[in-house]
Amino acid sequence: MQVPAPFEYERATSVDHAISLMERLGSTSRLIAGGHSLLPMMKLRLASFDYLIDINDLHDELGYIEAGPDELRIGALTRHRELLESATLTAAFPIFADAERVIADPIVRNRGTLGGSLCQADPSEDLSAVCTALGASCVIRGPGGAERVVSMEEFHVGPYETAVGDGEILVEVRLPVRPGCGSAYEKVERRAGDWAVVSAGAAVWLDGDVISDARVGLAAVGPNTTGIPEVSAALRGQTPSESLFEQAGAIAARSCDPATDQRGSADYKRHLADELTRRTLRRAVERARS
Amino acid sequence: MQVTMTVNDVEVTREIEGRLLLVHFLRDVLGLTGTHSGCDTSNCGTCVVWLDGEPVKSCTVLAAMAGGHQVRTVEGLAKGAELDPVQQGFMQCHGLQCGFCTPGMMMTARALLNRNPDPTEAEIREAISGQICRCTGYATIVRSVRWAAVHEANAAAAVTETTESPEAGEIDNAGRPAGSVV
Repeated sequence: MQVPAPFEYERATSVDHAISLMERLGSTSRLIAGGHSLLPMMKLRLASFDYLIDINDLHDELGYIEAGPDELRIGALTRHRELLESATLTAAFPIFADAERVIADPIVRNRGTLGGSLCQADPSEDLSAVCTALGASCVIRGPGGAERVVSMEEFHVGPYETAVGDGEILVEVRLPVRPGCGSAYEKVERRAGDWAVVSAGAAVWLDGDVISDARVGLAAVGPNTTGIPEVSAALRGQTPSESLFEQAGAIAARSCDPATDQRGSADYKRHLADELTRRTLRRAVERARS
Repeated sequence: MQVTMTVNDVEVTREIEGRLLLVHFLRDVLGLTGTHSGCDTSNCGTCVVWLDGEPVKSCTVLAAMAGGHQVRTVEGLAKGAELDPVQQGFMQCHGLQCGFCTPGMMMTARALLNRNPDPTEAEIREAISGQICRCTGYATIVRSVRWAAVHEANAAAAVTETTESPEAGEIDNAGRPAGSVV
């Protein structure tokens, strides 16, 4: 039987209350949202805290998907299921629905949240790759209500490590809205609901038939889920073509750093990084054109 | 710490440890052993219960997190002596073999039918994709859920005394819609 080590349970009633609790309880406290990453870590005793602060009551405050003219804003406590079922989000960024369909299973998706996924910062986690591909920024609120906005690259400090400091909470993810966007996600997994062997997300912005910008985010191919600037540089200003996608796939394969493990060999994962980068770019361009 | 929640329409208050998982609260504190504990790792789904009407894996929810909320377990599926159509379907279509996965399967099936009264086989399979039947009896589980869907539709039609053809919604004894090609 797996049980977490003892801790004290607190429940926050607002974002500001959560921050004041973290200030009072210090670095031995941790926020818990859906809990589907944190509780398994605590059961395995890979993580242990003196205090857990339950923020599920903040869903009214932090569970939303709002489309604006320049950006789409998603509250950090928005659950996977809400992301999957949002017509607004799917219309703007179909990459989200692509990814959500293959994240864990429908029951887990009832609980897990966007903010929890990003804050877990697992190198195999899918939404970090999605947000990286879309050039998302993260809004972090701290003591006194002070907010700072960081890019995904700044947010993701390393495996299981983010820019969210003691006494701070990720409150919102902002996705820039630009015309001519198409996006797509693909994941190869061993069985339904598993972590990725490798995943790739791509977003492309077309100006006429020329790629004005493109971004690729990979998951499960190394310690850090970050974009690959070299892919973006190779695609910008070009006309989409199979040979261009091949070139991007080759860059992705040599830019990642996968390890051989039970999910596959490093060579196989590089092959997937190449293939999935091509497939997602191809589909993103199709969607941008339609 | 003290926690108060509503389990199968009954309010319960207990003194618990913060780290107590909901599945253990239900089984060991309340004695509701219909909810099973399987993998401990939110993979197998036999511990599925409803939290405010949505299926959750109770091995990955703290009992404290359910405080102030509504929990429903397999014990709360029947209405008195009348089994839920999902339970009847599992009986009619042999939806259980060893029975270990059954409580979670039925809670997920009931929640699915509440949202989608006429799910396709693919939709049923997607809904239970986070649950494992160690007897591998998925075909009969899917048939059981279809049986419940058709049975409920027929019952609703009978209540409203619609003039629909009596054949509509009929199923064969394997729980498949009448006339379906398998």
